Amino acid sequence: MKNTQALKKVTILFAGDSGDGIQLAGSQFANTTALAGNDLSTFPDFPAEIRAPIGTVSGVSGFQINFGSEEIHTPGGRPDVLVALNAAAYRKNFPSLKSAGTIIVDPAGFDKKNLRLAGYDDEENPLLNKPADYQFYEIEVTRLNRDAMKEVEIAPRDRDRSRNMFVLGFIYFLYNRDLEVTLHFLEEKFKHKPDALEANKKALMAGYNYGDTIEAITRFRIEKAKLPAGEYRNVTGNQALALGLIAASKKAGLDLFYGSYPITPASDILHELAARKNYGVKTFQAEDEIAAITSAIGASFGGALGVTGTSGPGMALKTEALGLAMMLELPLVVVNVQRGGPSTGLPTKTEQSDLMQAVYGRNGETPIPVIAASSPSDCFWAAYEGAKYAIEHMTPVIVLSDGYLANSSEPWLFPKAADLAEIKAPFRTEVENYLPYERDEREVREWAIPGQAGLEHRLGGLEKEDKTGNVSYDAENHELMVKTRARKVALVAKDYPETRLLQGAEKADLLVLGWGNTKGAIQVAVAQALVEGLSVAQLHLRYINPLPEDLGAILQRYPHILIPELNDGQLVRIIRDHYLVKADVLDKIQGKPFLAEEILAQIKKVLKDGNH
Amino acid sequence: METTNTLSARDFSSDQEVKWCPGCGDYSILKQMQSVVPELGIAREDIVFISGIGCSSRFPYYMNTYGMHSIHGRAPAIATGLKITNPDLSIWVITGDGDGLSIGGNHLIHLLRRNVDLNVLLFNNQIYGLTKGQYSPTSELGKKTKSSPLGSLDHPFNPLALALGADASFVARSIDRDPKHLREILSASHQHKGTSFIEVYQNCNVFNDGTFLNFTDKKLKDENVLLLEEGQPLVYDQGKKGIRLNGLKPEIVNLEEGASLNDLWIHDSRDATKAYVLSRFFDDSLPRPFGIFYQEDRPCYEDDLLDQIDHAKGVQGEGDLDDLLRGKRSWTVG
Ligand SMILES: Cc1ncc(C[n+]2csc(CCOP(=O)(O)OP(=O)(O)O)c2C)c(N)n1
Ligand code: SF4
Repeated sequence: MKNTQALKKVTILFAGDSGDGIQLAGSQFANTTALAGNDLSTFPDFPAEIRAPIGTVSGVSGFQINFGSEEIHTPGGRPDVLVALNAAAYRKNFPSLKSAGTIIVDPAGFDKKNLRLAGYDDEENPLLNKPADYQFYEIEVTRLNRDAMKEVEIAPRDRDRSRNMFVLGFIYFLYNRDLEVTLHFLEEKFKHKPDALEANKKALMAGYNYGDTIEAITRFRIEKAKLPAGEYRNVTGNQALALGLIAASKKAGLDLFYGSYPITPASDILHELAARKNYGVKTFQAEDEIAAITSAIGASFGGALGVTGTSGPGMALKTEALGLAMMLELPLVVVNVQRGGPSTGLPTKTEQSDLMQAVYGRNGETPIPVIAASSPSDCFWAAYEGAKYAIEHMTPVIVLSDGYLANSSEPWLFPKAADLAEIKAPFRTEVENYLPYERDEREVREWAIPGQAGLEHRLGGLEKEDKTGNVSYDAENHELMVKTRARKVALVAKDYPETRLLQGAEKADLLVLGWGNTKGAIQVAVAQALVEGLSVAQLHLRYINPLPEDLGAILQRYPHILIPELNDGQLVRIIRDHYLVKADVLDKIQGKPFLAEEILAQIKKVLKDGNH
Repeated sequence: METTNTLSARDFSSDQEVKWCPGCGDYSILKQMQSVVPELGIAREDIVFISGIGCSSRFPYYMNTYGMHSIHGRAPAIATGLKITNPDLSIWVITGDGDGLSIGGNHLIHLLRRNVDLNVLLFNNQIYGLTKGQYSPTSELGKKTKSSPLGSLDHPFNPLALALGADASFVARSIDRDPKHLREILSASHQHKGTSFIEVYQNCNVFNDGTFLNFTDKKLKDENVLLLEEGQPLVYDQGKKGIRLNGLKPEIVNLEEGASLNDLWIHDSRDATKAYVLSRFFDDSLPRPFGIFYQEDRPCYEDDLLDQIDHAKGVQGEGDLDDLLRGKRSWTVG
C-alpha cells in the first residue's frame, strides 16, 4: 500500500524540449483534472522558434497547471512540482521552483551532450549535485519507455516519441487520475495510425504501472472543488473568443465575417473560425492586416458582423482603417491579442502594452470603445459584449486579449444560447425620409444595407454633414460632428452593468485596480492581504473606453490606488488623467504574467510606507 | 422593387455637385458609366461603387447608387468583403494609378488572383492629381514633376502586364475620349464573371495635360491606336497597317505595300500568350492596343467559399449554437 496524502492544491510544471510533446501531455493532464472535478488554470509557455535548437534552453517548452479543491485564479506562482525531461528544462525552470519542491527528471536527458547543450560546464551535473531539501525523483523514462516499446511494432527512431505519455501516465498515478480521457483522446488522434496508437497507449499504461511498482512513493488526493453547479468545459482564451463571436453573430441574426492575417498569438482564432463553416462563418485570410480590416468593413457595409483579429504589429497596420470605420459608423469588432512589443517584440510572450494604442492610437478625434478580457473564459464574454456594442451602437469596438489569456485554459461554466443577451441591429428598411446620418437618442445612426431600393446612399471618410452624411468642409459642422461622435461613444457606458468591487471594503487604505489578465493574480494577492488583516480592496476594469460612469466615485473613496500592469504604466495614466487621483503602477515587463506574491509584496510595501 | 428598364442616365446621377476641374477626363468616364448602367439590367439598389482616395475616387459620390469613398488604396479589399457578404451585388471598384498601383498595389494583385466577381476601373492619368502633381507609378521615366524636378527615376508599371501577371481573368483598356468604346468595355466587363480589370486612360488637364495625345489627337491617333476586335485581324491606321506575328514577335506590316490580311494576327482574347504579347505593346515602336486583351472563365472566390459552407453544412449539419458552446467534452458539477 502506498501512502496517500490529501492536498488542497498543486502546481505542476511540465518542461522539456519543444519536440517532447510537453504541450500535449500538459493539456491532457488539464482535461483529465477538469473532469475529475478540480478547478484549474493552465499556462503554456513555448519558444518563439518553430524548431528551436534541440536540447538548448531556448528550445524549452513548458506547460504549467495549477489545480485544486478550492477556487483557482491563476496558473500558480512557483510550481510545487517540476517535471524536467532534459537538462535545459531543468536549468531554465529550477530557479522558479518552490523551495522544498518536487523534481522529476529523466537521467537520459542529463547525459554529456544534453548537459553541454543546456550550457552546463563539464563535470557540472545537477543530478550529481542535487540541491538539498528537494524531493528528487530520477526516473529512467527513456529506458523504461523503450522497454515498453519492445512489444510494439515501431521504427526505432519513433520509439522515444511516446516518452511524454510515459511521464503523463506516471503523473496520473501520482495524482490518482483516471486514464480514460487520454485513452479516448489517443484513439481519436491516431484513428488512422494503429501503430502510433498502440505505442502511445502502451507508454501511458507503462508510466502508470511504473508508479505502482516503485516503493516508498506518496500518492496525492485532491478533492473535487466546490464549483457552482452546472455544465462545464475547458476552454482557452482564443477558443472562447471565437465562440463569443459566433454566438454574437447568431444571436444578432447576422453572418459572421472574419478577415485576418496570420500572427502569433492571434492565429488560433482564425483557425477556430475557419473550422466552423457549418455555422455559416466566412473566414478570409487576407493579404495583410490592412486588407483584413478593410474587408471586414466591406462585410459590415454589406450587413454582416465584420470582425478582424490580430496582435500588436498588425494592430498598428489597421490604424487608418479604424478611423474609417469610426467615420462610417458601421459595426466592427477588432480583436488585439497583445504580445510583447514594440515592433516584432516578443511574439510568443504576453504583455499589456497596447492599451494606449487601443484608446488613443489614431489620427484625429477617433474615440472607439475598448473592452478587455480578464480570463480565458472571459474572452467569450468580452467578444460577445464587444460585438453587441458594435452592432447596437454602430461603432468599431476594440477587444483586448493577450498571449497569456489566448493560450491558457480553465474550466468554463458555459452559457445556454437561450440565456445570452439579445442583440438588436438598428437596421433601416423604411424608405421614407431616409437620412444616412440621422441619429436616435443614443446618437446611433441606422444601418441601411445595400440591395434595398430607395435607401441608396454614399459613405466615406471625408467629414460628413450632420444628418445627410454628404461631404462637408463646414467649420461649425466639423466641430459638431466630432463632438457628436464622441458623445455617441460616451453613451455606450449607459449599457454597462454597475461597477462592483471584487473583494474588500467600500472604504480601505488601498484599492488594487486591474485590467485584463492580471485579475487572477490580484485576486489571490488581495485575498491573502485581507486574511492578513490589511486594509485593501480589489476592483477590476473591463471597460476602458468609455470608462464606467460610476467609477470616479468609487476611486475617490480610496486614498491610494495601486495598478499592476504588464507594461510600463498605461492604465495608470488614463486613470490619473480622468480622475486626478493618487494612483501608482506596479509594472512588470518580462513577457510573463504576474505572480500573486509580487502583487502582495507591493501591497504590503505601499501600506507600510504609508505614503497614501 | 424598382425596374431598371424605366431608368435613364439621369436616374443614376446623384444630387451632389461634381467637383472635378473643368475639362478633366473623369467627367467623360462618369457620363459613360451613368449611361451604361441603365442598360445592364441591374436594379439600382444592387449596384455599389467602392473607391479609394484620389480625384477619381470621388466617383461614388456622383452615382445615385450605394457607394463608399474609403481610404487610400484599400477599395479592392473592402469590395472583396462586401462581395463575399452579398454576392448578388454588382460592385465597381474605382481607383487611380496612385491609389491602385502604389499604395493599394498589394490589394489589387490579390484581388485579381482570387478572381472575386468585381469590376475594377483604374483611371490612369499617369500623375497624382489630388495631391497636386507628383509623378505616379505609371509616369514615364524621367518625368519632371514637383517631386521629381530632375526627372523621375522610377521605371513605370505596365498596368495590363501587371494584371495579366496576377492572373486576372478579364483585362481591357479604354480611354476617356472614346465614349462609345468605353461604354462597350464597361458593358463587357459587367458581363464577365470574375474580376474585370479595365485600365482607362484619363487626361488630367491640370497636372498632366496631353499625356495621351497620341491616342486622342485627330492627326496622331490613327497611327497609334490599335482597336482590338474579337476574331478580327489586327489592323490600324485606317486599314493601312497591320500586325503580324513572327513567332512571338509582333511586326508591323504595310497593307498598302502588298502585305495580306491573311497573314495578320487574328485577335483571340482567350489566348493568354497573345494577350501578354499585346500587353507589351507599350512603347512608341508599336501602336497602343485598346479593347479586351484577355478573358477567361475561372471559378470566383466567393462562389467557392459559399460552396465550402454549403458542403460543410451538408457533411456536419447546420451548426447548433448550444452544441458549439458545449464543445466535445463537458462535465456536470452538482
Ligand atoms: C494614407 C494616405 N496617404 C496619402 C494620401 C494622399 N493622397 C491622396 S490621393 C493621392 C494620390 C492619388 O493619385 P491617383 O490614385 O493617381 O488619383 P488621381 O488623384 O490622379 O485621380 C495621395 C498620395 C492619402 N489620402 N492617404
Ligand atoms: S487634378 Fe487632374 S485628375 Fe484631378 S480633377 Fe483636376 S484635372 Fe482631374
